[in-house]
Amino acid sequence: MLGKLTWSAIPFDQPIPLFTVCVLLVAIACLLTLVTFKGWWPYLWREWITSTDHKRIGVMYVILALIMLLRGFSDAIMMRAQLAMAAGNAAGYLPPEHYNQIFSAHGTIMIFFVGMTFVIGLMNFVLPLQLGVRDVAFPVLNSVSFWLTAAGVFLINISLGVGEFSRTGWLAYPPLSELAYSPGVGVDYYLWSLQISGLGTLLSGINLTTTILKLRAPGMGYGRMPVFCWTALASNLLIIAAFPILTATFAMLLLDRYLGFHFFTNDGGGSPMMYVNLIWAWGHPEVYILILPAFGVFSEVIATFSGKPLFGYRSMILATMGICVLSFMVWLHHFFTMGAGANVNAFFGIATMIIAVPTGVKIFNWLFTMYGGSIRFSVPIYWAVGFMVTFVIGGMTGVLMAIPPADFVLHNSLFLVAHFHNVIIGGVLFGAFAGYTYWFPKAFGFRLHEGLGKGVFWCWFIGFYLAFMPLYGLGLMGATRRLQHYSNPAWQPLMVLAFAGATVILLGIVLMVVQLVVSIRRRDRTRDMTGDPWNGRTLEWSTSSPPPSWNFAALSTVSSPDAFWSRKQQRTAIALPLRSITVPKRNALGVQVAFLVTLMGFGLVWHIWWMAVLGLVSALAVSLRNAWRVDLEETIPVSVLTAHEDIHATRVTRI
Amino acid sequence: MLISAPLVRQRTDRARVCLGSLGGRALLFLSLSALPGCSHGVLDPRGPVGESEKLILYDATALMLTVVVPVILGTLAVAWWFRSGNSAAMRKTQWDYSGRIEFVTWSIPALMVLFLSGIAWIGSHDLDPPKPLAAKAGPVEIEVISLDWKWLFIYPQEHVAAVNQLIIPVNTPVRFRLTSSSVMNSFFIPQLGSQIYTMAGMTTRLNLQASTPGTYEGISAQFSGAGFSDMRFIVHAVSLEDYRDWLASSHAVSTALDESRYEELAEPSVASPPSVYGSVTAGLFDAIVAARGTSFGHEAYPEQRPK
Repeated sequence: MLGKLTWSAIPFDQPIPLFTVCVLLVAIACLLTLVTFKGWWPYLWREWITSTDHKRIGVMYVILALIMLLRGFSDAIMMRAQLAMAAGNAAGYLPPEHYNQIFSAHGTIMIFFVGMTFVIGLMNFVLPLQLGVRDVAFPVLNSVSFWLTAAGVFLINISLGVGEFSRTGWLAYPPLSELAYSPGVGVDYYLWSLQISGLGTLLSGINLTTTILKLRAPGMGYGRMPVFCWTALASNLLIIAAFPILTATFAMLLLDRYLGFHFFTNDGGGSPMMYVNLIWAWGHPEVYILILPAFGVFSEVIATFSGKPLFGYRSMILATMGICVLSFMVWLHHFFTMGAGANVNAFFGIATMIIAVPTGVKIFNWLFTMYGGSIRFSVPIYWAVGFMVTFVIGGMTGVLMAIPPADFVLHNSLFLVAHFHNVIIGGVLFGAFAGYTYWFPKAFGFRLHEGLGKGVFWCWFIGFYLAFMPLYGLGLMGATRRLQHYSNPAWQPLMVLAFAGATVILLGIVLMVVQLVVSIRRRDRTRDMTGDPWNGRTLEWSTSSPPPSWNFAALSTVSSPDAFWSRKQQRTAIALPLRSITVPKRNALGVQVAFLVTLMGFGLVWHIWWMAVLGLVSALAVSLRNAWRVDLEETIPVSVLTAHEDIHATRVTRI
Repeated sequence: MLISAPLVRQRTDRARVCLGSLGGRALLFLSLSALPGCSHGVLDPRGPVGESEKLILYDATALMLTVVVPVILGTLAVAWWFRSGNSAAMRKTQWDYSGRIEFVTWSIPALMVLFLSGIAWIGSHDLDPPKPLAAKAGPVEIEVISLDWKWLFIYPQEHVAAVNQLIIPVNTPVRFRLTSSSVMNSFFIPQLGSQIYTMAGMTTRLNLQASTPGTYEGISAQFSGAGFSDMRFIVHAVSLEDYRDWLASSHAVSTALDESRYEELAEPSVASPPSVYGSVTAGLFDAIVAARGTSFGHEAYPEQRPK
């Protein structure tokens, strides 16, 4: 009846996970009680959970990413504490079976559920607004995508209290991840949660690509599209091209594990090398899926706060699309040490370095965007300048490791760990935080607290350098990654320093929470009445903050990449005739599918076959039923539009 | 047989000297770059492969720093100078294109990559792991098998084997053939240079050489499961006489490594103490490879087996 699931799956004998689970359950129970007691359920259900509004969905993505950042960071600081202790004969406080789960969960969560989720959330929120349109191409599908991601998150977090998580690293290389070496449910949790959320990501990529290609404001040719939209296009094209590889690779590993196939096993003619190739054929484009939208955020932020158009717009687009194409030709640099031979290694090494050319051009263009500008030092520009300084260091160490003989001594070392945290924290996360601060007033109608925001920046910035510069040194000292303890006492001071850095980052995270709470409580002081709090350049700033569900009452014609800026320069008040607008109704399909698919995933992990079949069949059934629904849209009458426009116009003129 | 205890103690003392030389925790930052040099890492190489790789690390880093440092300083300077409160700064708020500057911004990284590509191409070929090293003395052949979670070294010419300790003569090239009994690992002696994966059913090749006698640490650099952190081995690089003495004393060990004893050894164990087998069944390595699949080798450098 319950497959492999028994009471022994609950970690009663392991105090750390048991305590964590109890605290989490209590917190969730408190939250649910509060929501019920306050009677917020109808509001949450109507306005958020079943919303098909891209802005609401974008915000929910970002909230999910921030929550998972807390989870991923808890894993990180536990690891740093372990390594600060476990020198010489000391064993630390985390036994290998627990420690190995923690670093696997940390990597998986940070990439899939913090990085991806945050970036997709920003794109979801910003793209239609910047393109000057009313929603994404497929609003209901958008909701389904979000809830599939949430289902993946839910499943991966169940593993904390029921069973175990994977102990095979964030990419689960076989043969270690095969049944012969990992017989537990950990790898299954990993695979199913990523299959489910990966489907959501792919659908999201299709949705956003279609939106960019087919829905743009009148007059917005490709040469007039804001740079963030270009980077989002590149990123979503990569999602469409790369995520099917991930799904297929995981499907093969699942066939090995569930049905005794031999794609990647040691025996029966399997080839683990093929998995390593395939996973990186997805994995390398994946890092550009994350970083390209961050580059887009910085382009917007630097131009806006310098009060200048972006320098070298065409160069930027060329560089973005160049990176998009090249990112598919470099995957082998993740395993030069597999012994592919000198010609192959050299080819992939050089291909990797070539990506440094468009990336370098971007850095220079941002520099020249600031040159001659009048830079307002608000929080987003702190992140942008911090990023430029930090990212070139990460880029340098990346190019260094692209030289195969250098990689032969640095591969898998803490030097590598320092490198990718350098570009992911210094690039993706800084970009995400810049975007969060920059678009927050657009989403909620008030700005985040400025002083606390700077505090958050300095904590992350200093914390990052304290935590990861020692890791570069440790890597050169011969420290490899994923060690649970080490014998060389000379490493310990640097490990302690890295732990200290992690605590500074912790302070930054605490300040982020404080900043959010303080900003909400004092929102009357930072209200954005005009919809244009930063003197912005692109169309999202031309509507009210927060924008109405239809974004724009009338779609105005665009004549330059900085469409809103040109309009402000010309001081032309456009009075386009208003017509009634059709918008999608709220739809519970997403949350229904997610619930049923979570059931399916849980059933598959524990071999509860009836539950798996029930979940899958019902998910398909509700989707099909939705396909026959006809009452999916509602009309906003002109009177409502006029009323909203009048209020906004009054506020703008009053300022 | 060499006993590793004095050598190990000497090593720990050196590590303490490293720590002591810091002269206070306040200097920890400054010593970041100095520390790796005296801590048995890749910046303290004891063989030609490691030396060349260290040179590449230094050359490439120095080359890139010529651009990276000015960019960092330039970013900070431009951001600060053009702050909105600076009345001395000129403003060009419409300026968004310059063909000449674009040409330069594409050229600088392109030239940099051109130089580095040269290093990468030449380095990849010179330091290709299967490429034999040039030396007067003939190569010592060693077969490496990664087991859960220990290292087995077979000396096929000498018919002896050792677990978790690798004894090699200095100034003599060592030709490794490597495979795995189970999951993937990476064979790595940081002070000697290049690492290479070990994979079941496949053979990888690696050539290393020690130029200074000493004791070096060998590790697995690819996560391989529960006992991974203890999957270390000791490398003793010794004079040719000591090496011969070790072989002679090893031959006297009565334990033989045959297939049944190999099966016992292959059972998972953590932190196995170093041990020696006085004789080894011929062709054991190839049998282990064949048991898992097909052989995978390089045609570029054909095997030069001693006749």
